[in-house]
Amino acid sequence: MSDIGLLREKEASKRRWMLLSPSLLVLVLFASGPLLIVLVYSFLQSGDYGGVVWNFSTQAWFNVVAEKDFFDETIKFSDAHLSIFWRSVRLSLLTTLAAIAVGFPTAYFIATRPKAQRDYWMLLIIIPFWTNLLIRTFAVMEIIRNEGVINSVLLGIGLIDTPIQMLYTEFAIMLGMVYVYLPLMVLPLYASMERLDFSLVEAAYDLYATRWRVLRKVILPLVKPGLVAGAILVFVPSLGAYVTPRVLGGGKQLMLGNLIELQFGQGRNWPLGAALSITLLVIVMTALMIYVRNAEKDGGQHG
Amino acid sequence: MIEIQQLTKIYGAGASSFKALDDVSVTINSNEFFTLLGPSGCGKTTLLRAIAGFVDPTAGSILLNGKDLLSSPPYTRPVNTVFQNYALFPHMSVKQNIAFGLEMLDKPKSEVEQTTQQMMALVRMTEMADRQVSEISGGQQQRVALARALAPKPQVLLLDEPLSALDFKLRKEMQIELKRLQQDTGITFVFVTHDQEEALTMSDRIAVMNAGHILQIGSPREIYNQPAERFVADFIGESNFVSADIVEQRDDGVQVRFSNQQTTLAQSTASSPKSGKVTVAIRPEHARLSNSDEQPLLSGELKQVVYFGTDTHYQIILEDGSDFVLRRQNSPGQSIDMATGEKLGLMFEPGVAQILAD
Repeated sequence: MSDIGLLREKEASKRRWMLLSPSLLVLVLFASGPLLIVLVYSFLQSGDYGGVVWNFSTQAWFNVVAEKDFFDETIKFSDAHLSIFWRSVRLSLLTTLAAIAVGFPTAYFIATRPKAQRDYWMLLIIIPFWTNLLIRTFAVMEIIRNEGVINSVLLGIGLIDTPIQMLYTEFAIMLGMVYVYLPLMVLPLYASMERLDFSLVEAAYDLYATRWRVLRKVILPLVKPGLVAGAILVFVPSLGAYVTPRVLGGGKQLMLGNLIELQFGQGRNWPLGAALSITLLVIVMTALMIYVRNAEKDGGQHG
Repeated sequence: MIEIQQLTKIYGAGASSFKALDDVSVTINSNEFFTLLGPSGCGKTTLLRAIAGFVDPTAGSILLNGKDLLSSPPYTRPVNTVFQNYALFPHMSVKQNIAFGLEMLDKPKSEVEQTTQQMMALVRMTEMADRQVSEISGGQQQRVALARALAPKPQVLLLDEPLSALDFKLRKEMQIELKRLQQDTGITFVFVTHDQEEALTMSDRIAVMNAGHILQIGSPREIYNQPAERFVADFIGESNFVSADIVEQRDDGVQVRFSNQQTTLAQSTASSPKSGKVTVAIRPEHARLSNSDEQPLLSGELKQVVYFGTDTHYQIILEDGSDFVLRRQNSPGQSIDMATGEKLGLMFEPGVAQILAD
């Protein structure tokens, strides 16, 4: 290459960086930056009244999974943390499945309405999304509490003698999360179903596929991208949910979000809170990575 | 044999309702290449979809070999469809698409494999077996759609304007291919098209439809040479319409008289009027210019001469003010030495004029 060519190439590269710099700045300042602080904090000592002491320590990471017995100094697994991890993952998975079970038929119903009607149906799905999260959560509480709508009705018609305890259970948390995150499932599912060519469904019917087989062999594979996007959009925030378990779980059924909040608040153990936050991030990343691996394998098979 | 009896389909209700099919009855024979021909919105696709099971008729019945079809869902009818946009499954390969119907019928694996191979050979797609359907051309997609619909060996194959998306040359090839497949497989084909030429070249019989009605059913020759109604004469090929009076019914046809008092022998159909004022249809290629020693049947003034390559169209204004087109095949060395405005005489053979039922 000539000198002039080389010079031009250099100029172009410089220009590219200049053009990129605003977005890079935003990314560093508001995305990687705070995360880096959290990572650093997780390797520091906790201050007595909150905050951190700038001494390197792995104590926080040790405490994520294990604890030292106060009296005999033996080390054992931190049952409390592990059960909260497990509850978070389990409830998030169940929430995702329930959101699919409710969201899939809903999205299908809307996508099969006449074009002029669809926007109104979608509006009904989105309206709750514009309402404050706390209000929506308290609305669920109002329905399922012992003196709430469901129990009043059941007691009224004499189906039960004593109210069913639904509030402050894992069921309540799950119900709340499904309700709160349902639009996140319906939106991407609807987007891919709207693009679905329904003549393919007819073609499958025509070729002797029963309703169930049409769903499994044609509709599901074709709306899979929307289904996966919806599942990720529901699973990830569920895992870190804070308000819903706090209100509907009544502080008894802690999830990861509550545990982290506890460390920064009453627990006054910022490094542990930071370590738990990173752990949450790692769980999410691992889940996504497993998905991407599988998707690539699938893609390979189908060419 | 498909018997369609008094089939009616009304979309919507009240003032905004639309009659897509109005009391349609037709019998389609086994092993027949039967074409439903008509302009868009005439009800031909609705009729096809009613046979397939995607349209629930308001009234009437459809019998397949004596058995009621309407009570069974699409996935139990021994009828397959080639869709207008092919509707190939985009997440499957060519081979998987063709095998789909057989797999849904729970055929044993060996049979699925064998039949799929046969079908791919039949439509010459064997080399493309593992391609994705998005990676093959329109003509190839068409053939895959055909193979997919034929693989389960249906009793009836329904084709919904399957050639409309193909370019001219490919369409010609596929017309011949379809006819060959129909003859090879012996399956009844019900073909929907708005292309009259396509209908004429491929069909054993044609049903001409308009506004939810079947106007005429017959072989391509019958439909072309003896159109029963003005719509049929106009829609299939070109026709000239001339008013005339019926003079007398004869054994060999009907004697009619034009306004210039010239008479000719015309053909009638069962539905055409037996006396009084009628309209007769004359095909442009059935007329010729009269020689100087002949008394012309019709005469008029030359308006325009249009050269079409294979033939030339002479647009003529008749004495009564109506238009008449005469088509003459071109031959080498033939010269067009006529000027617009020139007086011309027209002749045609007895039996060429067709009395319409309008």
